[in-house]
Amino acid sequence: MNFQFLGDHFVSLTVTGLTQGAIYALVALGYTLVYGVLRLINFAHSEVFMIGTFVTTIIWAGLGFSVGDAAPGTLGVIGLIVIAMIAAGAASGATALVVERVAYRPLRKRNAPSLIFLISAIGASVALSEAVGALTDRQPRGMPTLVVPKVQFSFLGADVTNLQLGIFFSALAMMIGLDIFINRTRLGRGVRAVAQNPDVAALMGVNKDRIIMLIFILGGAMAGAAAVLYDIKVGLTTYSVGFLLGIKAFTAAVLGGIGNLRGALLGGLLLGVVENYGAGVFGNQWMDVVAFMMLVVVLLFRPTGLLGESLGRARA
Amino acid sequence: MLLELKDLTLLYGRIQALHGISLTVGEGEIVALIGANGAGKSTTMRAISGLRAVAQGSILFDGEDITKLRADLRVVRGVSQSPEGRGVFPGMSVRENLEMGAYTRRNRAEIDEDLDRVFTLFPRLKEREKQAGGTMSGGEQQMLAVGRALMSRPKLLLLDEPSMGLAPMLIQQIFDIIVEINQQGTTVLLVEQNAQQALSRAHRAYVLETGRIVKEGTGQELLHDPAVKDAYLGVA
Ligand SMILES: Nc1ncnc2c1ncn2[C@@H]1O[C@H](COP(=O)(O)OP(=O)(O)O)[C@@H](O)[C@H]1O
Ligand SMILES: [Mg+2]
Repeated sequence: MNFQFLGDHFVSLTVTGLTQGAIYALVALGYTLVYGVLRLINFAHSEVFMIGTFVTTIIWAGLGFSVGDAAPGTLGVIGLIVIAMIAAGAASGATALVVERVAYRPLRKRNAPSLIFLISAIGASVALSEAVGALTDRQPRGMPTLVVPKVQFSFLGADVTNLQLGIFFSALAMMIGLDIFINRTRLGRGVRAVAQNPDVAALMGVNKDRIIMLIFILGGAMAGAAAVLYDIKVGLTTYSVGFLLGIKAFTAAVLGGIGNLRGALLGGLLLGVVENYGAGVFGNQWMDVVAFMMLVVVLLFRPTGLLGESLGRARA
Repeated sequence: MLLELKDLTLLYGRIQALHGISLTVGEGEIVALIGANGAGKSTTMRAISGLRAVAQGSILFDGEDITKLRADLRVVRGVSQSPEGRGVFPGMSVRENLEMGAYTRRNRAEIDEDLDRVFTLFPRLKEREKQAGGTMSGGEQQMLAVGRALMSRPKLLLLDEPSMGLAPMLIQQIFDIIVEINQQGTTVLLVEQNAQQALSRAHRAYVLETGRIVKEGTGQELLHDPAVKDAYLGVA
């Protein structure tokens, strides 16, 4: 155990953790939206993210930027990122929608028990990742380094790079946008109505199926955006990339209070930071162990997560 | 006729809750549906608003067959229900609950007009505009549920036990308001266990027993019917 290291690098571990956590949080939103409205854990959401990581590299390659190619100028890089966000957001949103149509809606129409939904979710997840695995020969796929980390400033001895700032603030902006949409718009009210009482929502004229489609698309689009940020940060993806990241994001959602949008943000950031501290103290190989230990400890004391549920029940 | 039910049959799994219900509600009327607990009053309401599919029979609204129409589309046609148990959205403010009532409408000016109307009918809701629905008292939630049902500007207002759990003072008040809403031009179908109040306010009424209509007449007729007196009005 190396508490000395944690002490010496506390701020820099925090910065790294917040960057990683912002990506967890974006993906966590998809779990939390679907759970809040349908009381369903969409295990295939990790593959919705994975599709986004591939679409991003394919789009970049299509635009002439493959692995090893030099990055264009700043404006070009911003353009490539924006295009990738739109494409990956659309592809992941569409994938989420297909999963809902194929794996969940038929079961919903038959009032299937929740265990059946879970099996269907796991099936959809395996099917998607194996399909991409087969198509890519299970080989990882690289991409150009679009953003070379450059230190922008130092904060309490920790260097903060343009990459970290960009990832953190673009994720934050998208989450604030989603929060405003859910809490301030007519459609967002419809989402909350279905989450709180689906029958009464129908009596208000809310089309439940349309709301369900909307939350899958929104959650999927957020995962697609997260996938772009992940690609920029890691520079490599593979068919199984969703597995661990999906579990982490799901953990983040539960940690913050599943069904709670702000909980997803809090849970994501906290998870990212704590696992980095854990890595600092116990070594990198212990990072994931620390992450899940924290989940268990938090749930022991707060079974509904840090902020509790909010989409479905009264807001705390 | 604004609403016509023809021989409705409805099943909950293998349990038959409605055994061929036929009734009509004319434009401008207040029609009451009374009956003991478990008679099928709420089930009839759910069939009309579309929350439950019927097994047989048909529902005509405003001259059109809506038997197979989805619940949310019936709202657009002009059917609005304040459900049994109120169904206030607990995590939404009073204002948001009322806005939900206007979910199918887009004309902001008209929605604001109706908000004003609801706040005039229920001044209490105006005072509590920002409070979360779930933290309101039972009586306030009932007002909110009725007010919210008005926000879709319905042709037909379905009220399922609006007096349930209210103090006697409030019961008088809510029935007064129902009559006022009706006089402003909204047709009302009212389900009540408080038969005394319901019959004295309704133009016409039906008595429901174990999924069947066993009696119908004007409110006054039923109010003075010996059998109805015996079964539903208590011995005065
Ligand atoms: N969701 C349900 N599942 C099964 N049976 C139900 C359900 N809802 C109501 N019932 C049954 O249908 C009958 C009519 O109920 P209901 O319409 O609620 O009566 P009322 O509103 O007149 O008190 C009762 O026997 C009740 O037990
Ligand atoms: Mg009832």
